[in-house]
Amino acid sequence: MTETMIEAAGITKVLGEGAGRVDALKGIDLALVGGELTLLMGPSGSGKTTLLSVLGCMLSPTGGSVRIRGHSTSGLGPEALAMLRRQHVGFVFQSYHLFPTLTAAENVRLALDVRGDRSALARLRARDALATVGLADKADAFPRELSGGQQQRVAVARAIVGAPSVILADEPTAALDSENGHAVMTMLAEIAKDPARALFIVTHDPRIMPFAHRILRIEDGRIVSDQRRSEQNGGAIRALKVAS
Amino acid sequence: MSLILTLASRNLFHDRVRLIATVVGIVFSIVLVTVQLGVFLSFERMITTMIDHAQADFWIAPAETKSFEGSALLSGRERFHALSVNGVAEVLPVVAGYASWRRPNGGASTPVFLVGSPAGSAALRPWNVVEGRADDLSMPDAVAIDRSYFTQLGVDRLGGTAEIDNQKARVVAITRGIRSFTTTPQVFTSLERGRSYLGVPASKANYFIVRLAPNADAAKVRARLAAGLTDAEVLTPEEFGHRSRVFWLFDTGAGAALLGSAILGIIVGTIIVAQTLYSSTKDHLKEFATLRAIGSSRAYILKVILIQALLSAVIGFSIAAAIGVALVQATADAALPVIMTPGLTLGLFALTVTMCAIAAISAIRVVTRIDPATVFAQ
Repeated sequence: MTETMIEAAGITKVLGEGAGRVDALKGIDLALVGGELTLLMGPSGSGKTTLLSVLGCMLSPTGGSVRIRGHSTSGLGPEALAMLRRQHVGFVFQSYHLFPTLTAAENVRLALDVRGDRSALARLRARDALATVGLADKADAFPRELSGGQQQRVAVARAIVGAPSVILADEPTAALDSENGHAVMTMLAEIAKDPARALFIVTHDPRIMPFAHRILRIEDGRIVSDQRRSEQNGGAIRALKVAS
Repeated sequence: MSLILTLASRNLFHDRVRLIATVVGIVFSIVLVTVQLGVFLSFERMITTMIDHAQADFWIAPAETKSFEGSALLSGRERFHALSVNGVAEVLPVVAGYASWRRPNGGASTPVFLVGSPAGSAALRPWNVVEGRADDLSMPDAVAIDRSYFTQLGVDRLGGTAEIDNQKARVVAITRGIRSFTTTPQVFTSLERGRSYLGVPASKANYFIVRLAPNADAAKVRARLAAGLTDAEVLTPEEFGHRSRVFWLFDTGAGAALLGSAILGIIVGTIIVAQTLYSSTKDHLKEFATLRAIGSSRAYILKVILIQALLSAVIGFSIAAAIGVALVQATADAALPVIMTPGLTLGLFALTVTMCAIAAISAIRVVTRIDPATVFAQ
């Protein structure tokens, strides 16, 4: 049985106030389960990044609730939210966001270091994570010595090294050519096979749709379609929900 | 080992231009403070050098005497009164005042500060004698000078002669390191010659040094001494030293000027370091936001910034301390040498660290406002 990693209920988010007020999210209900790679697609300004920020405990919702592995984020301050992030969430960013002064291995180890894990084992785990993404031989390279695809793989290694319950990725292939994009997605899809981990990817890139178990579409702050790939039906996409 | 130190040091050394600017700011500030405080310490010590080297339990000084260099004359009755007090072992007259020294080659006169005390007594005799003997001050016309004043006094050897206020003077002892904080050379002589050079009538003196008998009750003796004096007061060496320091350092404004410059140095240094740390932090804001996004605590990020500041402090202080040592050596023979004591060095290091930590506040304020969600927008 698959475990629910993130559960969002009735999420609303209002940004700005007065004339600048925007209802970015208008009642989102969502559950992400382990072993599943979910895509969130939608036009610019539809609320994708806001939803990602709320699910990643970076923004508090205006209304509704978010639970990560059963832990509610309601009423938590910035430090408590940071603790939830470091314990349960891994991130992959569009621009990689690697530290230019740290080597690939150090960049990966950083995700453990912020948890207070400074053991010799942490070094080994960082090297293992790099090996998982096929960069064992680049452990001592600095980001400037790596290609864009390699940098994104280091970012993936950083996201998985702490064995988070959820990996949230923001346009992970947007800055990559199709070959590197495919390689990164293949890797993420492999990682998503782990039933103890859910992957949630925000993207505009239709090339990565074949990797998804589930595709959500968001428009104007609402989920307008929720489609799941049917393993029993030759991988065909089956609609779970389509907005009227 | 934590990556905090790695991250902080690499951030710091990554931008060498900024690092140089930071270090220059710290070095400038700390060298300035070192010089000002070093001179202040030196000044403070020199002010009380005569008092510190006198073998006195009490000083009887004219009322309202502000410093060793500026006293009126005591009538001499004070000595007899002091000698009548139980517990007093010795009362030794000291004369002190400015006189005119004429060089032996007939050159221009130069003012000197003359100190006369009974030859052979422990009252106030020259110390650090490197040539000749202090006991020889009992010889006729004998004086002792410091070798740092050879050029100024036109005498560079034992046995050299000159005139003080048209009276013969012969150098019988040469000292090392007895310098005045003014440019006026200090000259030691016997009480009699001192009175003669300064025109002080016999029995009168500027001070009477009181030495107590063994086991005497100092407080009681002092009270009895004070009770019998009208235009004079009884001071401990500490009180007299404090009074002299207050006069020269603060009443004249000289010490305040030195401390003012030191404070200015600290302010300038703090501003320079704050500027460079702030701009460095701004440049690395994306990285700090990423750190926050991947779950680092605020404390983790603050440690990165503070260690950056601390590393800057250590580098800046090391260079400043090396310059300080060079300055100490270069000014060793100057009228007012720069002094560095272990306490001052430790204090300066603490000051450097504090300065850099305070300078980090603006950077910390920026970081604590970071919204981790900004990483999605970049």
